[in-house]
Amino acid sequence: MDAFILQVLNGLDKGSAYALIALGLTLIFGTLGVVNFAHGALFMIGAFCAVTLQKILGISFQTIDDTQTDFLGNPLKVDTPYVEAWFGPEMGMAIQDWSVPLAILLVIPVMFFLGWVMERGLIKHFYTRPHADQILVTFGLAIVVGELIKAFYGANPIQTPAPDMFIGTLDVGVWLGMDAGSVAYPKWRLVYFAFSAVTIGAVFAFLQFTTFGMVVRAGMADRETVGLLGIDIDKRFTFMFGLAAAVAGMAGVMYTPILSPHYNIGMDFLVLSFVVVVVGGMGSLPGAVLAGFMLGILQSFASMNEVKAVIPGIDQIIIYLVAIIILLTRPRGLMGRKGVMEE
Amino acid sequence: MLGLNSRDFKLFIVVCIMALAAPILLNPFPTASALGESFNAGYPALMQRFVIFGILVIGFNILFGLTGYLSFGHAAFLGVGSYAAVWMFKLLSYNVVPAIILSVIVAGLFAVVIGYVSLRRSGIYFSILTLAFAQMSYQLAYSVFTPLTNGETGLQVYNDDPQILMGANSPASPHLFGLEMNSQYTLDISGWSFVFQNGYYLSAIFLILGFYLSIRIFRSPTGLMLRAIKSNQTRMSYTGINTKPYMLAAFVISGMYAGLAGGLLAAMDPLTGAERMFWTASGEIVVMAILGGVGTLVGPVLGAGIIKYLENIVSKINDGILHQWFAFMPDFLDNALVSIIHPFIGKGWHLTLGLLFMAVVIFLPGGLVQGGQKIGGFFRRKKTDDAADGAKTPAE
Repeated sequence: MDAFILQVLNGLDKGSAYALIALGLTLIFGTLGVVNFAHGALFMIGAFCAVTLQKILGISFQTIDDTQTDFLGNPLKVDTPYVEAWFGPEMGMAIQDWSVPLAILLVIPVMFFLGWVMERGLIKHFYTRPHADQILVTFGLAIVVGELIKAFYGANPIQTPAPDMFIGTLDVGVWLGMDAGSVAYPKWRLVYFAFSAVTIGAVFAFLQFTTFGMVVRAGMADRETVGLLGIDIDKRFTFMFGLAAAVAGMAGVMYTPILSPHYNIGMDFLVLSFVVVVVGGMGSLPGAVLAGFMLGILQSFASMNEVKAVIPGIDQIIIYLVAIIILLTRPRGLMGRKGVMEE
Repeated sequence: MLGLNSRDFKLFIVVCIMALAAPILLNPFPTASALGESFNAGYPALMQRFVIFGILVIGFNILFGLTGYLSFGHAAFLGVGSYAAVWMFKLLSYNVVPAIILSVIVAGLFAVVIGYVSLRRSGIYFSILTLAFAQMSYQLAYSVFTPLTNGETGLQVYNDDPQILMGANSPASPHLFGLEMNSQYTLDISGWSFVFQNGYYLSAIFLILGFYLSIRIFRSPTGLMLRAIKSNQTRMSYTGINTKPYMLAAFVISGMYAGLAGGLLAAMDPLTGAERMFWTASGEIVVMAILGGVGTLVGPVLGAGIIKYLENIVSKINDGILHQWFAFMPDFLDNALVSIIHPFIGKGWHLTLGLLFMAVVIFLPGGLVQGGQKIGGFFRRKKTDDAADGAKTPAE
């Protein structure tokens, strides 16, 4: 039983990341009808926003402390980060410690702007072209972004730790009335799950309960009619692209303590989240979220030793296998709408 | 001639000459000169890659160019072909004939299975299905199939392998009935040295055969049928034609081309690894086809050649070479230029590739062949304009 719960929990954090990326992909596909292969790159840019903020907060100036000496007997040079000088040592330390959550504040405007630029500058010109062309141009963009990141930040993963209070594990089993220590779970992963649940909820609430969201949903159902009603639907769809980019960016920021970001992380996640979108059903938001969590949890079950002993190698291929089975038995995916991508 | 119309025959002859004379044509600069060191491409290892990837992309083009089905998992067939060939080396002998035959057959069978399943869906679903199959093959080759693939180490021939057909004086490297693949003949003519290698010529002959076959397929009734599927599959079904067998045939042929390319890669260098099946390798195939021109006959070969050539050249250039080139400029300009170009050269080759690829997709959806046609059309139009002007003047 505790092994079961542990695997579900393990699946949740990966599933949340898949769900967040797949949500953005589906949002873009449902509104603009564009297959965005560069979405993983947006996730990665988000992750590197966290790296950048951590670096910025670490910028420091040198002072010479005459009271202390280094091992050569010279006066000791002390590096003081500017934030510590400005806000006092304790506050400064805390700000640095919390650099990853703080990066959310940075990433939302940055990603929103990038998404807006990308849509207006590049994607706009591809609405009338075939889906294959959209895949290809965004695939090219993903290569370029990955290589730019590599040129600026190097090829090695960069450590971005979570705030101190979230390091370590939490004994989840005790809450469920089990023995202490049976189900220990890293705190940050719980935070990640909670964060993504809130984000997904917020996106759905935005679409469901605001006038803006209502117009967007109407546009997804029938773009032409909404346009004929005198609503500038293009502007709203551009906004949705920015929103999808921001969601991907936030997912990236929060994932950095779990997996140190490197320049290939976007591609790794992209392939999987595309599979997730297709399993969930192109154009279905709840489908994307459901499939994200489902595949994440399935993957973590498949990596249990007991399962691997029966079917060796299953943990590596489970996602693709599920995708193939679903596509062949339910061609529109779990919750796909009729008439989407069926030319 | 040879069942081709005169235009195709001319194209075919040009490709033959290019392929057979490549060791001379690709060495335009004296070997020891600075230009020669940077830009000459006429050495066997690189030329082999030109033709082998040419074969691969010709096959890919039969699927994507004719039917419009974008396969994102073509590298799987390449990898399977390589594994089959290396196994033949391990079990029989270093003779390349059984290796290449088996690699084509195995890749073909593999393509039948994957194609049968994937072709039940179209559009992006087809792309995702092929991608999923290729990723599965890659992951399995790394983990469960280690006895077959030797996992991360990669498959290679060891001394204690059976090699039952190995005679006492058979060469200990891939050979064609005693003709060793890596033996070569060097011709030195006043500063130029041209290298003619057996392995290259074997691959080039396969390229020519493959190219001929692809022309015949493009011009055949089957080719027409495949094109019709691309333009409107629904209408084909309404006409009462079952499109499945045609699609599967195209998929399998294209998989067999990839298997042949994989077998040849192994024949040139008898080892292989799972990374040949990784999805970036599939992406590279797509990039080559798009760059050259999808659906054209010669585009794929051109695309494969250009990408491999640029990869080789651009990765070789470094800051030192750039400084040499810009030495005539004032220092500050020299340094500024070098620091601008720096991210795009050497290790930054993929950045250049990505930008080039995007530019082609945005501005030239038909690839370089279309670009060439546009430029050609521009000049021709100008000429006719001139002629028209000429005709007008005397009338005045």
